[in-house]
Amino acid sequence: MEKHDFNQVLQLSPFHERIDTLGLMKNWTSWNGYQTARIFDTLAAEYFTIRSSCSVMDMTPMEKYRITGPDAVTFLNRLVTRDISKLKPGRVTYVVWCNDDGRVLDDGTIFHLGEDGYRLCSQHHQLDWLMISSLGMDVSIEHETHDIAALSVQGPTAYSVLAAAGFTKLDTLKPFGILNTQLNGFDVMISRTGFTGDLGYEVWVDPRHALDLWDAIFEVKQRGLYDVRPIGLDALEMVRIEAGFIMPGDDFNTAETTIRAGRDRSPFELGLDWVVSFDKPYFTGRRALLKEKTEPIKRRLVKLLVEGNKSPTDSFLYDGKNGQRIGAIKSNVWSPILKSNLTMADIEFIKGELPKEIWAEIYYQKELEWKSTWAKCSVSDLPFWSHPRRSQTPPDQF
Amino acid sequence: MTESKTMIVIGAGHNGLVCATYLAKAGHKVKIFEARSTAGGGVSRHQFATDYYVAGLAHVLHPLNPKIVKELDLVGAGLKKGEAINTISLGHDGRHMTLGMDHVEATGLSVEDAAAYKAFKKEFRSYAKALEPMTMNKPPRLKDMDGKDKLTLAQLGLKLRFGLGAASMREFLRVGGINIYDVLNEIIDDPQLKGAIAADAVLGHHMGPRTPTTVLTYLNRLRGEIYGPQSLPTAGEGNLTMALINAATKAGVEIMTDAKVEKIIIKDAKATGVQLNSGQEYLADMVISNADAKKTFLGFVGSQELDAMFAKRIDTTRTNGTVAKLHFALKKLPNFKGLTEIELKQRLLIAPDMRYLEHAFNHAKYGEYSENPLLEITVPSLADPSLAPKGHHVMSVSAGFAPYNLKAGWDKSSSVFCHKILSLIENYAPGISAQVVASEILTPQDIEQQFNVTGGHWHHGELTIDQSFMMRPIHGAAQYDTPIDGLFLCGAAAHPGGGITGIPGHNAAKRILAMKGGN
Repeated sequence: MEKHDFNQVLQLSPFHERIDTLGLMKNWTSWNGYQTARIFDTLAAEYFTIRSSCSVMDMTPMEKYRITGPDAVTFLNRLVTRDISKLKPGRVTYVVWCNDDGRVLDDGTIFHLGEDGYRLCSQHHQLDWLMISSLGMDVSIEHETHDIAALSVQGPTAYSVLAAAGFTKLDTLKPFGILNTQLNGFDVMISRTGFTGDLGYEVWVDPRHALDLWDAIFEVKQRGLYDVRPIGLDALEMVRIEAGFIMPGDDFNTAETTIRAGRDRSPFELGLDWVVSFDKPYFTGRRALLKEKTEPIKRRLVKLLVEGNKSPTDSFLYDGKNGQRIGAIKSNVWSPILKSNLTMADIEFIKGELPKEIWAEIYYQKELEWKSTWAKCSVSDLPFWSHPRRSQTPPDQF
Repeated sequence: MTESKTMIVIGAGHNGLVCATYLAKAGHKVKIFEARSTAGGGVSRHQFATDYYVAGLAHVLHPLNPKIVKELDLVGAGLKKGEAINTISLGHDGRHMTLGMDHVEATGLSVEDAAAYKAFKKEFRSYAKALEPMTMNKPPRLKDMDGKDKLTLAQLGLKLRFGLGAASMREFLRVGGINIYDVLNEIIDDPQLKGAIAADAVLGHHMGPRTPTTVLTYLNRLRGEIYGPQSLPTAGEGNLTMALINAATKAGVEIMTDAKVEKIIIKDAKATGVQLNSGQEYLADMVISNADAKKTFLGFVGSQELDAMFAKRIDTTRTNGTVAKLHFALKKLPNFKGLTEIELKQRLLIAPDMRYLEHAFNHAKYGEYSENPLLEITVPSLADPSLAPKGHHVMSVSAGFAPYNLKAGWDKSSSVFCHKILSLIENYAPGISAQVVASEILTPQDIEQQFNVTGGHWHHGELTIDQSFMMRPIHGAAQYDTPIDGLFLCGAAAHPGGGITGIPGHNAAKRILAMKGGN
């Protein structure tokens, strides 16, 4: 048996050698047990890399499971709220899954890998729930987080960079599509997916070829063709709020970690009605969700725009200045590209209706002196940031 | 009752028959599907060799709950009271001890122990009685109680506090969750007497006398005594199953035998009928399962129609049986040392003391059968001569402990275990082995196969506190209705559990009839 190095608490990614060299700040955190960079050099530079050129992020730590066997579709369809039988080979879809009470356990994506079965990616570790859900089904569930290395290549020039790195046939790859290809003799899977609301790809390889993949992409920069920069978790957090993606555990408490009644959330309360299908075979939580649907909605996680430039971190929300408290900000960002305060906010509905007015009470400091102010808020039904090039096929060549 | 509905009951065991009859009497159209070729389940005539039968897997019965007997007019349907019998605990040295409902006799038994036994039985029967409101109703939910639930709890409280009185209630609360070993050691000296009582607390359960909750299992057994003395069932005139079938048929219930249900048809999360293994489908407004919870939910319904954790919780209920049933065909009446023919008609026990029982159980914990098993022996042909050719007899033995999952595998071990049991009986009835012309051993695995009971468990699941009352079989399905609309449980897997009582069937029927719109 391999000897464990107890000085190395966090696991090192197969890309670590390169990340360690480029990560000037040595600003590490743990993502799923992996040593992961929060910031490589400057947050602002990394953010604008995503929004204006090409960013590369190591997403190996993302939880990954391979689902195979005769009952794979039955299993997945019983697990998640969406109809998976409609997912075609070579396609990816966003999903959430619930416990028996219809409260959300986690979200993620399902990849239909054709003959190789399905890949389920999740925010949190889900093996135990997957095993529980597999009772009585002829299905194999393999935890493959450590067996697959992945890079997220995102930004307006992502297509150009990957094409320059030698990937062909990317021009016809549509959003949520999968391409199986090769680079310098090794297999690479590319999916047109991401967490940025912009053009982007996720590139999956065997960990043995991780550094080859990294080098092939960064060589494009060395050749002076395009700028390519690595980004950390902090820049991703900024763009995911802009893009309106929710983060289980941050924007809402997942059902598995909730002890107190009412602190967990249903898909409807997260604004995810569009991923719940009652028009498919039974899935865990269906009975509870069907019942919930007959009652006025109590609360919802919304995309909330807050006026002004004061950071509304953790602010309480009211139905008027000095009014009734109706909720709180769960996560927020000052969007450099939109020049506004963007947030995810949990808001109580009144008789099933969104409150007519929403105000945030913001506490802020000036030279260690605390002040407070009121800021008017407005709910955004659409993502704050979504660029047409996100879905344009073929993407523009820069 | 607003309108007549069609209902399907799965399994014509006694609870299925009781439930179906109540429903049919209320005006519903009820059909029972029974996988075996006869109705009655564990209380129907069972042939184990050419010309040799036993009256059923259950070889000692207490009367059915009197309310059920009356409401279903089972006496009118032909039910005859069995001849009351005692229990005789066989001693190594020929010291046999006779235990009646309130008296005990044995050579050298102290006056104090005889008095203690009488007081103990009186006290414990009063506990069993105090629990009756709980027994005869759906177990109250802890959340979202309805009026009926509140009434049940109020009745239980009244019975416990004022029925028992303060001192008895305190004592009941003290002993209710503990083990029979400690309780008996407090009040009785005679080891053989303690062994005989403790046998009733552990036989049929994965428990030794020192296992917590054996007081509760003892009270469960004692419930039958409230209704009357035990007797040997017969396959002849006046037997329970025949009376139940007559009552059911009279009420309009249609019983289909050799009709094995393969699955419960679910449409849009509602049970709409059953499919037999012949492929034939029958539709109904409601499906009521007398099968155990695992077979019902994981077998007939299938986990993909259930919430994941619900299915998992059903799967983790403890349902492995621990008793083997043995049947012996004998050339003549066996000769037990020191027993007359009349005494042979009683229920015989080999349970010499509590230590013996605990040791017998130890093996079961490690997946072995008991080296020195606990035996409950009857000679059914003395109560019903039609079970064997003239002059011949049959002997029926329940043997604990015989764990469902035997480490060595039952294929290789069942005949060894059978031989071991016969040798043990030989000590008390010399020469019996030579009289055996045929024999059969039904391990829990055999019982599972032949009687369609998961784990071959007497009670369709252990009667531990975590699997009792509002948690039987699990919370979320403990009031006879289930998460699947139109699907109900009516068997021993539901409250209050196994034994030949008819109570789960009665309670399920009352529950179904009380539900608004039948749902």
